[in-house]
This record gives sequence, structure tokens and C-alpha cells, in this order.
Amino acid sequence: MQLPPALRARLAAGPGTAEPLPVARDPTANAAPFRFAARPVRFPREHEFFEDGDVQRHLYLQDVLLQVADVPEKPRVPAFTCQVAGCCQVFDALDDYEHHYHTLHRNVCSFCKRAFPSGHLLDAHILEWHDSLFQILSERQDMYQCLVEGCTEKFKTSRDRKDHMVRTHLYPVDFRFDKPKKSRSPASAEVQGNSGERSEGDAMEICTEPVVASPAPVGERRTCSHRIPATICFGQGAARGFKSSKKKTKQH
Amino acid sequence: MWSRRQGRLRPVVCGVEELRRRRREREAVLRKARREQQLVSKRLLRDDAPEEAGEGCVSAILGETEVQQLLRQAQRGTEEKRERALVSLRRGLQHPETQQTFIQLEGSMRTLVGLLTSNQAQLQLEAARCLHELSHSEQSTVAEACLPATSYLLTYLSSHSSDFIELCLYTLGNLIVESEAVRRQLLPQGIVPALAACIQSPHVAVLEALGFALSQLLQAKEAPEKIIPSILASTLPQHMLQLLQPGPKLNPGVAVEFAWCLHYIICSQVSNSLLIVHGALSTLGLLLLDMAEAVQRTEDTGLELLACPVLRCVSNLLTEAEMETVGGQMQLRDERVVAALFILLQFFFQKQPSLLPEGLWLLNNLTANSPSFCTSLLSLDLIEPLLQLLPVSNVVSVMVLTVLCNVAEKGPAYCQRLWPGPLLPALLQTLLFSDTEVVGQSLELLHLLFLYQPEAVQVFLQQSGLQALEKHHEEAQLQDRVYALQQTALQG
Repeated sequence: MQLPPALRARLAAGPGTAEPLPVARDPTANAAPFRFAARPVRFPREHEFFEDGDVQRHLYLQDVLLQVADVPEKPRVPAFTCQVAGCCQVFDALDDYEHHYHTLHRNVCSFCKRAFPSGHLLDAHILEWHDSLFQILSERQDMYQCLVEGCTEKFKTSRDRKDHMVRTHLYPVDFRFDKPKKSRSPASAEVQGNSGERSEGDAMEICTEPVVASPAPVGERRTCSHRIPATICFGQGAARGFKSSKKKTKQH
Repeated sequence: MWSRRQGRLRPVVCGVEELRRRRREREAVLRKARREQQLVSKRLLRDDAPEEAGEGCVSAILGETEVQQLLRQAQRGTEEKRERALVSLRRGLQHPETQQTFIQLEGSMRTLVGLLTSNQAQLQLEAARCLHELSHSEQSTVAEACLPATSYLLTYLSSHSSDFIELCLYTLGNLIVESEAVRRQLLPQGIVPALAACIQSPHVAVLEALGFALSQLLQAKEAPEKIIPSILASTLPQHMLQLLQPGPKLNPGVAVEFAWCLHYIICSQVSNSLLIVHGALSTLGLLLLDMAEAVQRTEDTGLELLACPVLRCVSNLLTEAEMETVGGQMQLRDERVVAALFILLQFFFQKQPSLLPEGLWLLNNLTANSPSFCTSLLSLDLIEPLLQLLPVSNVVSVMVLTVLCNVAEKGPAYCQRLWPGPLLPALLQTLLFSDTEVVGQSLELLHLLFLYQPEAVQVFLQQSGLQALEKHHEEAQLQDRVYALQQTALQG
């Protein structure tokens, strides 16, 4: 298919609309037996006109379409240590470090060291667990915000909120990031990932009693050769940097 | 052209012939599925490091005891040991048998979800990869067994680890197409707001995954009633259009996904005026120009994957009634669009002829009610290239002739530019075709040409036009028109 050479130049030039030639239709143009009528055509979703293009699309999704390439290796860098205070985990790939940082250090409560998946959940946690003003206000108005992104409902109690999340949003009853506040004891933190003398039930046990203290012997110091950050420990031997600070400081 | 991650999604290198054979098989399967309106595809994101792949590409099927053991090992011990257990589990889960074993084991999903939410970075990632393998299964029981994890997958969409988010998105995308039951859970769980928040991510891989997941959601049968309205009500349309704007930040892999999303929305005819108001036509028009330039620059780009949905979107949007009332900025008037379209048509002609009808569909919609675009066709000398497409197929012929009729029906000023020239000889050729629709459209065009450019009649007669017409005088659908034209020719 040969295109006129000036076409590419036209494309490269500026926008413009052609001055239309005069239109003058003869009424016999679409008189019987002729029936042509110029009209734009619309095709709905399942029309067979789309078959070829749809098949190409799905071949692409199934990765058959394009030629294969070598699987690129994860780029390695010289080993480095996580710079967050108290964490000595070592990395040699940036992707691993990014995931580690965002999971363990990004949205961490400065009061109780719990880590949360998002800023949104961290904010809710700080408000509900560590803000005494919240407690006072919640006696008089609905303060417990629904945790589902986009839902603006608020509730009187954390229980009511949970009921809403279960009934309206079909969330699990034991949703891990919506635990009712318990009495604050250093040994109650099961949220922090642990070096794992954990039993199966722990990760999902959220509405039950505070979890037993870590079986790790008191005074055991984790050295930097282990891959577990030193702060992750059940309040025994871990440095607590912000113990008495009331400031809501988020670690970034 | 595609992002660096493309390689991670590829299967192992095979011979070219083997690839072609596999492709033909897959194509046949997909065509059948589409005709039954069951066309769904899942995406598998496998990221085996070379050393792992070297241990033998085929991993063993795991039995019940082994699965139980690995799950136990994943819950205690050093993080490294736990991670290794999960890696072994994940490899085993590549097999449908292991998947079945896993879901039938009591408490297995609960354990996996616990690991997914464990706040130990590598364990989370490995647990997510196990879930992803399960989501890819073709057996609904396996995919539906993943339902307890969805609220967490959605929660993690607003986290910050891009690898993890990407994995969650592909997993969700696979689960979404599984069944309406799954979607009936995901919608109240807030998948639309979660996606709307996530689309602001700067990470290309995340955006591509999000586009995929969204396109899966939009393909659902119930989408026009149950899903598209809430998507149109969210901030997703604006962000989608932003991601389709041409320029240095345009990522082709991302653009492909969102172009398909837009297509599914637009062809569902829910509320296209909203998209027009958001500037969809001008964005997509500029994108067409950009693609036409790209096609001239590079060789094999996979551009047709993007061109197809974009053409469809523009074609369908042009049929909206609002087009008449909306202001100039929102309409498509730039004649460079016609130039770009022809460059793309040439590209299709060489690389993907099956897309020619779609390109010509757009040309029809551009020219049908637009004297300006018809004039552009003439002034840019595009009639001859158009005629060169006639021999491709009957479908293409009919569409080419339709576009020419669009031009001719506007009157003498237009027909004067169509003759003399290659048009009449080409019509004498198409009259010899056997396909009724092609001949019928040729007759319509001849009629317009005779009406507005009577000098053409003489030449027609001299070139044995009457004999060509006579060939069809028995055909029921053509008789009347053949006769009418014969009369005109004889009187002329």
C-alpha cells in the first residue's frame, strides 16, 4: 500500500481542519432502488466484528504473542544494611529492600511499634488506640470510621464498625487490621512479625487474649548476623525510642 | 518498547515453529471461546530466578503430607527456613494436583492468609506468590478457595511496596474473571475505590497490573449494569485518560491495558458523554497521531496491541449524539487524524491485515457526516491508497467502497475530484467480484458517480461496463439497481 510522500509531512505539520468543499445533494441520490446513506456505525460489546482484535488481545495476555526474551536477573548491588534504627537486615537487591522497608518501617506506630500496610490504617490505629481525645469524643459522637477505602460511615463503637464491615463489605470477622483495643501491656504485641517461635494460631488470633510473651529467653540479644531486626521482640530487651513521647510521629 | 518487566512474563525459549504451532492452537481455542462469549484469560506472573529454574523446570507434585509439612515449616523457624518452605510450596502449586490437595486440606488457606498478613516482608511476598499460583488455576474450586484473602489483597493495594502491590493486582485480576460470585464479594469489599487510590502510583509495573485487573473487571457480563456506573463515578476515568496522553511519560504496556479498559467502557454504552466531557476524544486523537509517528520510527513494536482498542474507542465515541452539541475542543476535527489513520492502515496492511476492517470502520465514522474530512481525503491524495486495499478481502472491499460513497454522496464538487482517476477502473474490477455485498456497494457508488459526474458514463460504456453489469442481472439483491444503472448508461 503506497502512501503519498506528502502525507508524512502533513502529519508532522501543525493541526488544521480542511476547508470543506461545497456540499450539494441531489434528492434522487438515495431514491429507490438505491439506498446508500452515509452514517457512522456503532458496534456493541459482543459483536463478531471484534473477534479478531479480541483474540489478539487475549493471545497477548496469555503471553504467546510476542517473542520470548531471557528472564532478566534481579539486579544485584553491593550488600548494604537497612539504615532504620535498630534494624540490621542486610540486602543485596534493591527490590528486596524496598519491600522490606515498606512492610516493616514505613507505616509504623511510634507508640507501640506495630506496622501497618498503609498510612490510612496507621492513622486509624493511632487515633483509636493512642489518642485520649478520641476516647472522650467517641462517647458523644460516632468516631469509629469504616476502614474500607472509599466508605465514609462512622460508628459509635469498634464493635459496630466491625459489624458494618462484615455485613456491608463482606469483610472477614477476624480481619487482622481491625482489632479492638486491649489493655496496654508490652507483651500484647503479636502484630509484629517475630523470629517465629510462633504457633499457627497466632497470626489470625486477634480477638482473643493477649498473646503469651515470647519464649525467647530474657536478655537474649540478637546480633546483626541474624536477619531479624532487633526491635522485633516482645518488649524484652528491645529498645523503645519513643516511650513517653505523645507526639504522633510517623516514621518515613 | 515494552517495559523491562516484559521478559519476566515470558515462557522459556522454544523453537520458532513450535511457537507458531502453539499460537495457532491457542488462537483456535480463543476464537471458539469468543463465539460462545466465554473469552477470559488469566495472567501468570512467574518470577523464577535463573538458579531456581536450573534445578529442573519441572517441579514435583506435592502430596497431602508434604503440603502439611511445608505449611508447618512455614510457620516456625528462622525467616530463611520459613521462606524456603513457602518457595517449595509455591513450586508445587504450579501443578493442578497440588492445588487441589492444598485447597482440600483443612486450615490451609487460613494458614496461608496468616502468612500473607504476617508483617514479615519475605514471607508475605512468598505467601502472595502461592496465592497467585492458585488464582491462575482454571478450576473454579481452586480460585474460589482464595476468597478469604481478597479483603487483604485489597487492603495491600494502598501499601507502598510496588512488587507486592503488583502481585496482589494480578492475583485479583485472575480471581475477578473466575465467576460472578467472586465479583459479588469484591465489589462491596471496595475494589473500585481501592483501584482508584492505587492508580495514582508512579510505578509502571503497578499501573500495568492495575490496568489488567480493571480490564478483567470491565469484561464481566454484568459490568454495564453493576460495575461501569461506579467506575464512571470514581476518579478512574480521568486517571485513565491521563495515562493515555502521548508524551515522554507514556508507557506502552500501561497504555495498552487502559486503552482496553476504555474500550470495554465505551462499547457498553453506559455514559460515554462523561468521557467526552473529560476530553477522551482529543486525548485519543493525539494518541493516534503519536502512534502513527512511532510506527514510522521503529520496526516491530507490538503497536497493533495498542492501536486496536484506541481505534475502537474513537470510532464508537464518534457515534455519540453529544458530538453535535459539545464544543470544538472536545470534537475531533484535526485532519492529521486522517493522515495518521492511513499510516496505521499501511502498517496493518503489512503486519496485521485482520485489523484493516477496524481502521476502515474509523475512517467511515470520520467521513460519514463530515464534509471536512471527506475533503481531506481528496486533498491529501488518499483515494488511490484506499483503492489499493480493495483486493484484500470482501469485508475490506465493502468498507472501502462505503467510505468512497461517503465522499461521493456529498455532491458534484466531490465527485469531480474522484474522476478521472483510478476510481472507475477499480469499480469495473469490483463489479466482477462474486460477493453480493461488494457488488451492491459498487453499484451504489456508480450511481452516485453517474449522478454527479455524468461524463463518467461514456468512459464506463467504452470500458465494457454494461457487460460487467449484465453479469449480475439475475441476482435478486442486485437486479433493481443493475437495471437502473443500465438505463442511466444507455440514456447518457
